[in-house]
Amino acid sequence: MDITFENVTYIYQPNSPFEHKALDDVSFHIESGSFVAIIGHTGSGKSTLISHLNGLSVPTEGIVSIGDYHLSKEDKPKNMKELRSRVGVVFQYPEHQLFEETVEKDIAFGPANFDVPQDEIKKRIDAIVPAVGLPTSVLERSPFDLSGGQMRRVAIAGVLAVKPDVLVLDEPTAGLDPRGQKEIMEMFYSLHKEQGLTTVLVTHSMEDAVKYADHVIILNKGSKYMEGKPEEVFTQKESLNQVHLDVPEMVRFINSFKERFGEEITFEKQTIKELAQMIKSVVKGAKV
Amino acid sequence: MNNSLIIGQYVPGTSIVHKLDPRTKITIIFFYVFTVFFANSLPSYGVLVVFALASMLTSRVPIRFIMKGLTPVWFLIIFTFILHLFVTKEGTVIFDVWIFEFYSGGVIQGFAISIRFFLLILVTSLLTLTTTPIEITDAIEDMLRPLNKVKFPVHELALMMSISLRFIPTLMQETDKISRAQASRGVDFRTGPIKDRIKAVVPLLVPLFVSAFKRAEELAMAMEARGYQGGEGRSKLRELKIELRDIMVYLLFACVMAILFLTRTYS
Amino acid sequence: MSKRLIEFRNVSFRYGEEQPWVLKNLSFEIYEDEWVAIIGHNGSGKSTIAKLVNGLLFPQQGEIIIDGQQVNEASIWNIRKEVGMVFQNPDNQFVGATVQDDVAFGMENRGVPREEMMKRIDETLNAVGMQDYRLTEPHRLSGGQKQRVAIASVLAISPKVLILDEATAMLDPSGRQEIMETVSKLQNNQGLSLITITHDLHEVVQADRVIVMNEGEIWDEATPRDIFSKKDELRKIGLDVPFVAILADELNQVGITILQEPLNHEELLEELWTLHSRT
Repeated sequence: MDITFENVTYIYQPNSPFEHKALDDVSFHIESGSFVAIIGHTGSGKSTLISHLNGLSVPTEGIVSIGDYHLSKEDKPKNMKELRSRVGVVFQYPEHQLFEETVEKDIAFGPANFDVPQDEIKKRIDAIVPAVGLPTSVLERSPFDLSGGQMRRVAIAGVLAVKPDVLVLDEPTAGLDPRGQKEIMEMFYSLHKEQGLTTVLVTHSMEDAVKYADHVIILNKGSKYMEGKPEEVFTQKESLNQVHLDVPEMVRFINSFKERFGEEITFEKQTIKELAQMIKSVVKGAKV
Repeated sequence: MNNSLIIGQYVPGTSIVHKLDPRTKITIIFFYVFTVFFANSLPSYGVLVVFALASMLTSRVPIRFIMKGLTPVWFLIIFTFILHLFVTKEGTVIFDVWIFEFYSGGVIQGFAISIRFFLLILVTSLLTLTTTPIEITDAIEDMLRPLNKVKFPVHELALMMSISLRFIPTLMQETDKISRAQASRGVDFRTGPIKDRIKAVVPLLVPLFVSAFKRAEELAMAMEARGYQGGEGRSKLRELKIELRDIMVYLLFACVMAILFLTRTYS
Repeated sequence: MSKRLIEFRNVSFRYGEEQPWVLKNLSFEIYEDEWVAIIGHNGSGKSTIAKLVNGLLFPQQGEIIIDGQQVNEASIWNIRKEVGMVFQNPDNQFVGATVQDDVAFGMENRGVPREEMMKRIDETLNAVGMQDYRLTEPHRLSGGQKQRVAIASVLAISPKVLILDEATAMLDPSGRQEIMETVSKLQNNQGLSLITITHDLHEVVQADRVIVMNEGEIWDEATPRDIFSKKDELRKIGLDVPFVAILADELNQVGITILQEPLNHEELLEELWTLHSRT
């Protein structure tokens, strides 16, 4: 599903002493099937933005369109539940939402709320549990007996079991160790590819954004600050540093390399191996 | 948005009412509440009203905050008034509507009770509007100290209160977060039959309890790591001090009380 | 050689009779003024070490000696004066109603007089750069700020050892940076032993020594530079190898010989520049 924000402004507690503009005239378009990274500091409006994607928040001004669903002050979709069944959200620390007696019941909770038939739920659980990297033996266990990493996977399975078209991920790897982080991101990426999902990833990791996203939106203080392909956005060190964001480590290295050697290496999402070749041609270049 | 959260109703300020020792405020309010029931003449009510309004104005808390605090009790005040109007059959009939007769006594009593009610709420909310919850806790701990002798756990009680206050914003954020997560999983907290809505609370409450217990456990460990061994031998950073202004206010209040007892009718 | 401050002698620990061993026959030493990083994936037993050091847990086998005292029920209150700890979750260790109340908490527990507390609150909040937030309530602080307050709270009791038990794990990159800057500043100024527990190899660069934990055992114990050179093995135990280390490896592969394992961009660039000038 395509996602469009048209001049969206969102104000918390309007007309109160605590009035706060969380989003300010934000417009962008996310094409169906793309993988978009949203980057910004704590308080930049990221959480508010994603809460518009499944109608948890409705714009104070402007229009949000997700496929055929339109959200504006005047016009809320009649069937909010249907929208929520098509947009799955994995919140930060999603394991905090677990509550059922068994893993199986917890995963089934979402689909059951959205009226998916029991036998279909069963089928989906059987497919999803191995996909998120859990052994089927956990199904009968209490989610609270599992390790933190496993609980996270159960929560993610619960969102995936609804089979959404749009997957919204709010820092899905926070607090995991490097191996866990990598496994979870790889899993989302292959799901994104296989099922043709539209994926929106909120992250602090420039490395993940470079690696997975084909489009990047930078938010700052509630406004859209930059937008574009990762290799375009992340090479603009000055602009990013102005809002206290860093560039990916490889870009930083390429920049210092240029300062030292006076020779330009272009950042084009190359692998470290490819970068080594490019460095070689510069370093050894003097020989020829 | 989280920065806008205010615990209780405290409105920051630098007025003398804000600066008074919380024990002074609590003591005075205690006696005020007590004496409200001694007023029985127009001048004695006048004294009470003047005192309450004067404190309110000195506090410089915007009227709208005070009114906001009173909103839930307006209904009760008006209801009491009307009740007295209908029930009390004293004095002369002032007017009648259909089968009801309204007596002067009813009007007067209705007024008296409503005014008392109003004053009680006003002064107590003035306490919470000008005193941070933690100051109130400190004051309570200090004022209950004599109970230590009968093995009443005063320090533990105060610590419990202050930690609860400290965690209210955290738990409110948590509630908001979990309810959003469950709403995204198709839970409808707002519409549908009552039975369904009660059921919808379970996915909210269970995670809240789980996380509150986890927090409690971690907090206990952190406190222990920082050398907490109970109230014994502890020193205190927060210090309550009776200043000259507190004594002045006590004196002033004593005068008010004296005038009140002089103006009430004894018969 | 400086003084031995922490000693683990054949320590084994498990959470219950039926549970698997979390730590298996662990022995190591940490010296005064040293910065030791303990690294390992989640569940490798690294956080258990921290809790054993200040007697929040006791080992089933072996002994732990802190500054000449064995850790046991009788000595824990002395030991907790010497060993300060900052935990992972910024919210769940903030006890006070305001920043200064929280810093005071540890001192109150030890009956430090009020004037002394005021002085130390000033000093320690300055040391972590939080002096402008004395009266701020916790819910108005960012995660990084809360953790800096937690560090100040620990410093206020002047411990000999400061343990950061995954204190950056729940923070965003700027919060993480705040903490790492604060910590390295402290290490330079205070003559304090530091134990930082993490799963992020970027955070071990400045340490004097790294202890790598895997499956409850010490997998390796070496300088950061030596650790960085064992890339493939690190990956196998679930750790992430920093960019410069991988790049140095790839450069070696394509025939540019990097002699010294680089710890940061500058070191690698320096070496490349030397190579470049020579050719």
